[in-house]
Amino acid sequence: MTRTRNLYLIPYAAWMLLFVATPIVLIVYNSFFDVEGHFTWGNFEKFLTPVYLRMTFNSFWYAFLITAFSLLVAYPTAYWLTRAKHKQLWLLLIIVPSWINLLLKTYAFIGLFGTYGFVNAVFEAVGIGTRQILFTDFSFVFVSVYIFIPFMILPIYNALEEINPSLLYAARDLGASPWMAFRRVVFPLTLEGVKAGCQAVFIPALSLFMITRLIAGNRVVTLGTAIEQHFLVTQDWGMGSAIAVLLIIVMAVIMLMTGTRGARNPVR
Amino acid sequence: MKMKNGKLANVYLVAVFVVLYAPIFYLMVYSFNSAGTMHGFESFTLEWYEEVFQDTRLLIIVLNTVVIALLSSAISTILGVIGALAIQRVRKLRQRNSLLAMNNVLIVSPDVIIGASFLIFFTMLGIQLGFTSVLLSHIAFSVPIVVLMVLPKLQEMSPTLIDAAKDLGASSWGVLTKVILPFLRPGIFAGFFMALTYSLDDFAVTFFVTGNGYTTLSVEIYSRARQGISPSINALSTLIFLFTITLVLGYYFLTRRTSRKPDWGVVQP
Amino acid sequence: MKQLVRLFAAVFAAALGLMYWTSHLNSSQGYSGANTITIFNWGDYIDPDLIAEFEEETGLKVIYQTFDSNEAMMTKIEQGGTAYDIAIPSEYAISKLKEEGLLLPIDHSKVPNLDNIDERFLDLSFDPGNEYSIPYFWGTVGIIYNPTLLDGQSFESWDDLWNPELRNRILLVDGAREVIGFGLNSLGYSLNDTNEEHLQEAKRKLGTLTPNVKAIVGDEIKMLLAGEEAAVGVVWSGDAAEVMWENENLDYVIPQEGSNVWFDNMVIPTSARNLEGAHQFINFMLDPEIAARNAEYVGYSTPNAKALELLPEDISQDERFYPPPELTDKLEVYENLGKKMLSHYNELFLEFKMHRK
Repeated sequence: MTRTRNLYLIPYAAWMLLFVATPIVLIVYNSFFDVEGHFTWGNFEKFLTPVYLRMTFNSFWYAFLITAFSLLVAYPTAYWLTRAKHKQLWLLLIIVPSWINLLLKTYAFIGLFGTYGFVNAVFEAVGIGTRQILFTDFSFVFVSVYIFIPFMILPIYNALEEINPSLLYAARDLGASPWMAFRRVVFPLTLEGVKAGCQAVFIPALSLFMITRLIAGNRVVTLGTAIEQHFLVTQDWGMGSAIAVLLIIVMAVIMLMTGTRGARNPVR
Repeated sequence: MKMKNGKLANVYLVAVFVVLYAPIFYLMVYSFNSAGTMHGFESFTLEWYEEVFQDTRLLIIVLNTVVIALLSSAISTILGVIGALAIQRVRKLRQRNSLLAMNNVLIVSPDVIIGASFLIFFTMLGIQLGFTSVLLSHIAFSVPIVVLMVLPKLQEMSPTLIDAAKDLGASSWGVLTKVILPFLRPGIFAGFFMALTYSLDDFAVTFFVTGNGYTTLSVEIYSRARQGISPSINALSTLIFLFTITLVLGYYFLTRRTSRKPDWGVVQP
Repeated sequence: MKQLVRLFAAVFAAALGLMYWTSHLNSSQGYSGANTITIFNWGDYIDPDLIAEFEEETGLKVIYQTFDSNEAMMTKIEQGGTAYDIAIPSEYAISKLKEEGLLLPIDHSKVPNLDNIDERFLDLSFDPGNEYSIPYFWGTVGIIYNPTLLDGQSFESWDDLWNPELRNRILLVDGAREVIGFGLNSLGYSLNDTNEEHLQEAKRKLGTLTPNVKAIVGDEIKMLLAGEEAAVGVVWSGDAAEVMWENENLDYVIPQEGSNVWFDNMVIPTSARNLEGAHQFINFMLDPEIAARNAEYVGYSTPNAKALELLPEDISQDERFYPPPELTDKLEVYENLGKKMLSHYNELFLEFKMHRK
């Protein structure tokens, strides 16, 4: 193939420069200023205080929990979906709920999980009794998993679909039990999908906000919440930018370590 | 891999779907609540639906949202395909990786950061907040997603295909339109649908860059939610939900009848 | 390829069609041209019938846009790419906007109804002489509680919140000034205190409140309290009025140590395009009858003395929302503490939120 000039690069690079590089530069620039507009390293120093370090630790811990539970629920779902009739339709029906406004679904969860909500009514009926569900770690992780699960199911489903069925028949013919076939053949072949799914969940989970207030009642404070607060409430854009810069670096590192693909979540 | 699922599998799948749709059905039920709240169902009413149909402002907002979603996803798909082609053609590994990294920065940044930085950016440029600023920022965060959707397909494509086309005398425009783009079609569809999803759902970025009376649905919902959700919003969501479901089912069965494999863009990221 | 072209053609055609429809709707609603006035207000903070009446009276078309926090509003106004004719921020936001030169002086000769305002609410520290702002509503911060869920406990003091029986039963509003403020108040300090020792003391005391705090939430606090999700809440008086209107079991009290009194005021940002209309609107809202109807709809306390006379007695005599002078003396306005101090308040509040039970 002859070397053609890369004409496509011009519009794309121009676009990236304008709408990716410039905003990021602005954020980095902002992170070096305090509330009064003086140059400072203080924002980054503040990040090293116990409050922010614990917040960072919390964010990672919850993001880890959310990713782990998403995987636990999503894998069997994807696996059995690939074997269902009308599987394409079912898969689409998994995506449809994510088109309904997140805030509305969150409000619905407040209703479902409330003291006099549907779930507690069921608990009451089966004799467990009323529990506090709303504003607990459980409800936070549950709702987060709910939000992210389609992004875990999709890549795993695709990985499963790409497996050549003859591989399975071969494994069976060679006397492997279904479990053996799954463990030795199917699962290793879907690892790429699992990785992509974990990335698609873990990264946005790190910067979750909104549901930390609505569902966790601010009992969980993540880095995303802190950024939102600094930008929208306290107007300490410098500190908000500093956290953002660190978060972007962390995410870039994660991406580098786990490969290059990933997907931002539309629903934060 | 035509194997049937056992009982356990079906029970599990049903449970997953029940949970996925529970909050949506909850919203739908309360759109018929005459009490107008999300707790304590009083009696059945269609009042809120009437309200939706009479509310011209709400209709304008829904139309705004759809226009932005369609335009931004179409434009970003075009830009994204160009971007993917550009990245594919860069031969030096390091350059290519840094382009990819640039591409991914927006994907991994929290929405708030994107929104805030665009706000600063538009201020600098002196762009009025409103339709233009919202459209530009929606395109901006959709382009990288489209690139990510198209690129794997592009890498799958064997270079011999292009060489063959060239040998047969195709111009580079011909190669693009007759060979490359048709091959990329599933990826392009996937990118378009993903961009559509992101745009329809985006709240944080739009919230920052909107102004002068221009609003999209998610921002409007947010400001109405201050009052603990007005039931007319529930009614509207119910309508939108039913509309999408009909569209999805209709498309699915239509494409099945013409006995083609349905071309769900969304299926292959 | 054909399919692709068709798809994109369809998408662009649909978008253009919808845009045409939107602009048609917009013009049929009169939302275009110079005959409009854009109002930037809190959500659901005006009786919509009054907007219709104003439109009828003046022939102007109102574009009503909402914000959810003073900060969000200030961000939009500071950004400059917006044109609002009227905004309704709270007092500390006004002094900030004023400092930044983002407000236009109000021509008092065009607002004759200004005389209707109770002079207690005029000429306040955040805007001497009401050069830039006209009072819209006012209110307090206090405790809302649900006697049916509590065995006879009543609330008089902020300290009552620390009662061990209230474990996990209190909702707090998500505001740094409010929470740190009542922490300071409960210790007998001013809620504008900037003394580091006092602030640390307040933070330590608030730390011991965490076992009682069920959640720190935003506007959904109204929904949660009305639904009896929690027995006690620290809220703004207007929110309390709204909740009590929905659920009659609840009661509201301003603690005796004192609390915050706040004012929301109408201002004209420098980006305003329809100055005449803006003044007309301000004057319209100050009309006694209009203000009374608005106060009845919104549920907040009106600063309009003539309107107050028109309100039914069960509203105007309600000491919870129109507190007697001996209590109002103890109420303080949030002063503009400066950006540094404000960010320190926010840090303290963040630490309070991070404080685990």
